[in-house]
Amino acid sequence: MNTENWTPDQPIVSIKEVHKSFGDLEVLKGVSLDIMKGEVICIIGPSGSGKSTLIRCVNALNDIQSGSIQVEGQEVHDPRLDKLALRQKVGMVFQQYNLFPHKTALENIMMAPVLVLKEDKDEVEKRARALIAKVRLEGKESSYPGELSGGQQQRVAIARSLAMQPDVMLFDEVTAALDPETVKEVLVTIKDLAQEGMTCILVTHEMGFAREIADHIYFTDRGVIVEHGPPDTFFDKAQDPRTKEFLSQIL
Amino acid sequence: MLEAFAEFFRQVAEEYPRWNFIFFHDERQFWRVVSGFQYTVVLSIACVFFSVIIGVVGAWMQGSPLKWARRLVQGYIQFFRNTPPFVQLLFFYFALGQFTPTITGPDGWTEVPLISNVGWAIISLSFFAGAFNVEIFRAGIEAVPESTTEAATSLGFSRLQTYKEVVLPLSFRVCLPALNNNLVNLVKTTTQAVGIAVPELLYECLGIWNDYPSALYPTMVFLFVSFILLVGILVFGMHRWEKAMKIPGYGG
Ligand SMILES: Nc1ncnc2c1ncn2[C@@H]1O[C@H](COP(=O)(O)OP(=O)(O)OP(=O)(O)O)[C@@H](O)[C@H]1O
Ligand SMILES: [Mg+2]
Repeated sequence: MNTENWTPDQPIVSIKEVHKSFGDLEVLKGVSLDIMKGEVICIIGPSGSGKSTLIRCVNALNDIQSGSIQVEGQEVHDPRLDKLALRQKVGMVFQQYNLFPHKTALENIMMAPVLVLKEDKDEVEKRARALIAKVRLEGKESSYPGELSGGQQQRVAIARSLAMQPDVMLFDEVTAALDPETVKEVLVTIKDLAQEGMTCILVTHEMGFAREIADHIYFTDRGVIVEHGPPDTFFDKAQDPRTKEFLSQIL
Repeated sequence: MLEAFAEFFRQVAEEYPRWNFIFFHDERQFWRVVSGFQYTVVLSIACVFFSVIIGVVGAWMQGSPLKWARRLVQGYIQFFRNTPPFVQLLFFYFALGQFTPTITGPDGWTEVPLISNVGWAIISLSFFAGAFNVEIFRAGIEAVPESTTEAATSLGFSRLQTYKEVVLPLSFRVCLPALNNNLVNLVKTTTQAVGIAVPELLYECLGIWNDYPSALYPTMVFLFVSFILLVGILVFGMHRWEKAMKIPGYGG
């Protein structure tokens, strides 16, 4: 399967039997999941269960030992794959925002399209300003990351990923480093995105939020997907004792 | 006005025989120090420029996935950091200089080496200071969090783009003070070029006080003052640069 004969009725991201080890430590022990275009899925699970590792494999920040990950029909871990094209399709937002501290908010957003996609600067600037408005940061265009709050930085980071016009967005505990008051503004931004039809894979500890926006919840523990299902079924009728224990601790 | 200036120093020399500022009242000696000063400035600028380039490229190669590239840089650093710069200079000029091709000189019949003694001084001193610059830049690069470069990678930046657009600008800010020190040292080390007869400031000053022993003290004072001035300009420029590069809300 390749991009040419991939059609939107097939999974946009397809993960099959993925194994991943760091040295002797096997972190992913055969993980499989499919995401359809426009779907929002949440991955939850205890610390160290391999959630970050899994989504980092999707945009090839981590390699895998065996199995397959396809994005729009293209094998991510094919050595011949054009990583640039993959990363243009898959945006990622990190827990620690990871903005470029020497660039203003606007420059942070414009950098990748101009440098990587070689797009026209004026065009990109228009888009960047629209994105700033979208994440509700008008007036902060020329602020440096160091002058913004955590929540504001995270919204710039989201806008920065969106500027590449990706088809899939990965969010790795993007609210975990924020104050409770600012968590909401970031969640609202993600919700807007999800409602516009962006395909999202979220790793989160915000159970209420997951329940509200996810189409499907996956629970991982020690490198395997223990249980998954639509939010209502998952939260109210969990079967596996590990899921139940985790939910009882966190809810 | 100029004549009065020269006259004043002629008077001083007459009254105090050890304080013959000959280059202030003898036109030939005046042009000697001016020419020496120019050579020193040219050497300094060229060496600062090339040593910074060597530092940037070397630090980039040190992060290369290619083992031989990292080894090469490591060997280079070990050699240039652990041997005296003066010996390096002599080695470049007398040993390597023998193997470089010659070209026909401007007079049409003598053979002159392709690389002059000035050229060798620039090469040798740039490599010397460059070895330290590689280490300085590497420390700066290590101070850039991996998560920041990872963000660049996830946006599709190539390794070179990440280095140029993210790592270098951030690490430059971290390592400016150390770079500053090394460049100050480099400017002072240009005086070693006297060893291969580059007519820089020290060379001319030595000549003057050999010809005119009465000018010994004044020439030394002049040397010190010149370098204080040169290094002062460099440090001033570096501080201005440091200020200009300061990012609001970032770093100390
Ligand atoms: N680069 C690495 N090198 C070695 N081990 C790693 C590396 N990255 C992650 N690990 C290990 O892999 C395991 C899974 O890590 P991962 O970050 O995927 O967990 P997580 O589910 O995201 O946890 P958290 O909720 O704390 O973020 C952990 O035991 C971690 O120590
Ligand atoms: Mg994690």
